[in-house]
This record gives sequence, structure tokens and C-alpha cells, in this order.
Amino acid sequence: MNNNLPLRAAELRLSTLHVFEARGFGHVGGAMSVVETLAVLYNGVMNVRPEQPDWAERDRLVCSKGHAGPAVYAALAGRGFFGKELLQTLNRPGTSLPSHCDMNKTPGVDMTTGSLGQGVSTAVGLALAQKMRGYDARTYLIVGDGECDEGQVWEGLMLAAHKKLDNLTVFCDKNGQQLDGYVKNVLDTGDLAQKFASFGFFTQSVDGHDTGAIAEAIEAAKAHTGEPAMIVLNTKKGYGCTFAEDQEFNHHIAFTPEQMQEALAAAQKRLEEVSA
Amino acid sequence: MSVTIKSVLKPEEKMMRDTYCRVLTELAGQNENIVALDADLMSSSGMKPFMKAFPGRFINCGIAEANMVGVAAGLSAMGFVPFAHTFGTFATRRVCDQIFMSAAYAKLNVRIVGTDPGVCAAYNGGTHMPLEDMAVLRAIPEMILLEPTDSVMLENLLPQIASQYGAYYIRMNRKNAVGVYEPGSVFTIGKGVVLSDGRDVTLFCSGIMVAEALEAAKLLSEQGVSARVVNLFTWKPIDTELIVNCANDTGAAVTCENHNVVGGLGSAVAEVLVKTRPVPVEMIGVQDEFGEVGPEDYLRGRFNLNAVDIAAAALRAVKRK
Repeated sequence: MNNNLPLRAAELRLSTLHVFEARGFGHVGGAMSVVETLAVLYNGVMNVRPEQPDWAERDRLVCSKGHAGPAVYAALAGRGFFGKELLQTLNRPGTSLPSHCDMNKTPGVDMTTGSLGQGVSTAVGLALAQKMRGYDARTYLIVGDGECDEGQVWEGLMLAAHKKLDNLTVFCDKNGQQLDGYVKNVLDTGDLAQKFASFGFFTQSVDGHDTGAIAEAIEAAKAHTGEPAMIVLNTKKGYGCTFAEDQEFNHHIAFTPEQMQEALAAAQKRLEEVSA
Repeated sequence: MSVTIKSVLKPEEKMMRDTYCRVLTELAGQNENIVALDADLMSSSGMKPFMKAFPGRFINCGIAEANMVGVAAGLSAMGFVPFAHTFGTFATRRVCDQIFMSAAYAKLNVRIVGTDPGVCAAYNGGTHMPLEDMAVLRAIPEMILLEPTDSVMLENLLPQIASQYGAYYIRMNRKNAVGVYEPGSVFTIGKGVVLSDGRDVTLFCSGIMVAEALEAAKLLSEQGVSARVVNLFTWKPIDTELIVNCANDTGAAVTCENHNVVGGLGSAVAEVLVKTRPVPVEMIGVQDEFGEVGPEDYLRGRFNLNAVDIAAAALRAVKRK
């Protein structure tokens, strides 16, 4: 395990905030909740080659909740897929960093996502293809708990279990919120961990902001054979962002420069604490 | 392109699904990247021999079409060449967004095969009758939309489709089509086929309407009207050059499709003509109605898809010149 993971996560949260900074608005909540997971994935877990983004035998990440793109971009820049100066171009005309992940625009993005639920199926296709090719490679998939409203999620999970895709590790970012409010009020998804387990997934639940717990769960998932793996991430939407955390409607929000400066200062402070 | 037309039109001995399975199995033997997917309709698509030959490359996704399209897209991102089949209704209107984002927008290499076009859904009735499948997908940029006319054309197109890159929809009659082309005919995707020449009006046709259009040309000839018959088996990209040339030569057109006239072949031809060489156009097809249950010949009559309907439309078009 990489002991620097908390530091990597603190850096990634800070750089993700910087991605949003120039725009003044964005999908802040759902990006913040997956920062720790992305920090773990791109610091020792994902077998990728930044200098060769299309290397066929790489591990793949499908961020099915494509609106978390800004956090993915910050993670990819941190891993060296492109220069950090590009992070300032989010959603500018002609940018290679659109709101939602686009495999044809951004080096290191493995699948185009944005229409919720679809990334589950494409990830299942990727994992299946890795098996058919005989590659020693894995597919990682991030879905949101709100996204689990989509029927396609469950279609894909069923096929993954049926095909015994033990090279597929799914993260469910259970931040408890969706665009119109709390999941329990909009469409209660019930006991997701129990549902995933009953769908044939090797299911673990962890604190989604604890990098050590995430890393351990990933290792346990890799060691488990015969079933795909599900890691339920208990998270807070907007975590670590002062103007987004603990807000009911933080899916896509606007912020003032002052609010962003306050958030950046808090994230910087957190980074310094972790460094110390 | 090099085609020979049969002198006598009659139903082919083989069902198109048999040709589909045989050719795809042959291609899979040559190309290890070819994979086939189905959504619990393998018995309908006739793909059991493929599955027996290549069990590791046949994926039955169950009754989950949206997932099937995404899985196909994911497989293609790893270099596989997927052919995913279900009935035309479920292959298009049910999964429009999956085809849009996971296949076309993502610029992945996916083939969707939808069977039982239009009234060919016959006894499955209105719920299963794709009269809007091409219209739905025609609005998606870069899609390639094909309706093979008979087994000979299908056999020639499949290797081309397998070797080219892009998001394809193949609208396929799975039963016995009327044989129009002699074996060995060669087709070019994106290019229409002039089946017979004429001076007074052009009959643009596709699918089961090709045989009807050829018959209509004979009926018109008896009335002194010379009709050109053009098989536009590629609905997108449409053969703009040929359509304009036909409008210049004949000055009137009838479009003939086993599909809703809203957004279909008639619309595609009209979109070309209004921008280039406006001529009178009549549209034979289902006139923005839902389908219904019944034998195919009954439904052809019910929706005015017969040769006599095309001939009457041609006379109207000529009169409007």
C-alpha cells in the first residue's frame, strides 16, 4: 500500500477545485465524492502508460457518472497523461475537457459517458473483451447511487455476474444525493449493498473518503475469483469543498470567486495537515 | 459496383437469416475479432450455427437490449467487431440513446442488426412493427443505415460492413426476400443501383418495395409512362449525386419504403431534392400511422404499399410536372 495516498487525495481535491475555478459553476458535488477513489486508482492500482494512452493491455476506467469528469481530468493530469495547464480549459469552446468524459477528446479517458447507466454496459463489454483477449488486465467502473435509478445499471450487472467477470471492479459512489435532492426522497434505492450481493457481486462497503480502506478493498476484490466485485463507497457529496458539502442541492452549482478562494484555502490547509 | 438483375422475380429459396448466419460464420472464421450478440432472439436471427462454431464469440445478453448495445460498444473499444441483433423495434427506438452515445458519439465500431422491417413483422403486430427505425437513427450523425434487398446483396455487403469502421444499422428481412440480384453482384455502400432506365419518372425504392417498384414500372410502361427504378439500399449516407441526376433526367419521383414516410427514405430523397433540383415527389410508405397485426400481403394492401399504389403515385407525380 502506498503511504502517500492521503496526500495524493488532498492534492487531487485541490487540483479538482482548480479545474472548476475559472468556470464559476460545475458538477462539484459528484466530483468531490470520488476524489479519494480516483487518487487510489491512479496512484498504484491502475496499470496504465501515460506515454502510451492507447496501450491495448492497460487497465481501464469507465466513469459512468460522467459528470465527475473534472475529478477524472485532475487525476489523469496528476498521473502525467497531459499537462496540468490543460486543467484550466474545462468547458471552454473547443476544449479537450468537456463536462462529461469523452474518450475521443481526452488522453487517458477510456470510455465516453454522460448518459447515466450506459457506462455499466460498456465497462462490462471492456471486461469481457479483456477476458476474451486473454489479457491480465482489469476494468474499473464508477457508478453513482443516484445513477442506480437507471434500469440499464442492473441489466449490465446481471450480465457481469452471469459471465463471472472477476476482472471487473465496480465502485458505487453512495453519496446519498442526486440532482433533485436526497436519494431516499427522490427514488429510494434501498439497501444497495444487499442488492449488489444478491446480483452475484463480491460486495464490500467502505468509507469512501478513507484511501487506505479503499486500497484494501481493491486488493480484496482482485484476490476474489469467480465473481465481479462491488465496492460501495460511503461518501458525502461535495466532500471537502466548503461551499458544496452539506448542501442538499450540490449536483451542479455556481459559486462566487470568494467562495472558491475559501474552498481552495481549506483544501490547501488539509493538504498541509496531511503533509505534516 | 457491378450488378446483374434477375429476369424473373420470385422469392428466394433461402431465408435471409440463413445467409446472414452463414456469411457471418465464414467471416468469423477469417477474422477472429468478429463477435455476435443477441438479446434472446438467437432462434429468430438463425444464429445457432454461429454459436456452435464460435461459442466464445457469441454473447446472448438476454432480454436487455440497452445493455447489449453498450456491451457491443465496449467490445469494439478493444478491437472486436460486434454484430448485435434483435428485432428492428428493440434495435432502434428502444435503444436510441445507447446507439447515440455509447456507439455513434463515442465513435465506436458497432453493427446493429434489426430484423422484421415494417410490415414484415406481420403476425407480431403493431407493437413489433418498426416503421420508424430508420427515421430514429437517421438523425444521429455519422450513422450508416442499410437495407439489404435480398440474400445476394446481403452476402456481398456483410464482408464490407465487417471490414469498415463505424456505427452501422442493418435493417434486415429475416425471411425469404424476393430475389432481385443475380449471385456475384457487387454493391457499393452509399451508391444506389439503377435497376431499369426510364425518362418520365424515377421510382426510388428499398427493401421489399424494390420488387413492387419493378412491377409498377411494368404497369406504367403499359400506360406509356417510362419509369426509372433505383434501389437506394443505403439510406444514409444517401446517394445525392444519383438522386439529382435522376431528377434532372426524369423530372419527377416516387419514393417507395416499407416505413413511415415521416423521416424515412421519402424524407431523405426530398431533403436532397429541395436543396438541389426540386421536382414533384410522391411518397409511398406508411402515412404516419401505427402498424397492426396481419399477414404481410394484407398489410401491404392496408398501407397502400403495392405496385398499383406506386404506379398511381407515379402518374400523380408526372401530372404535377
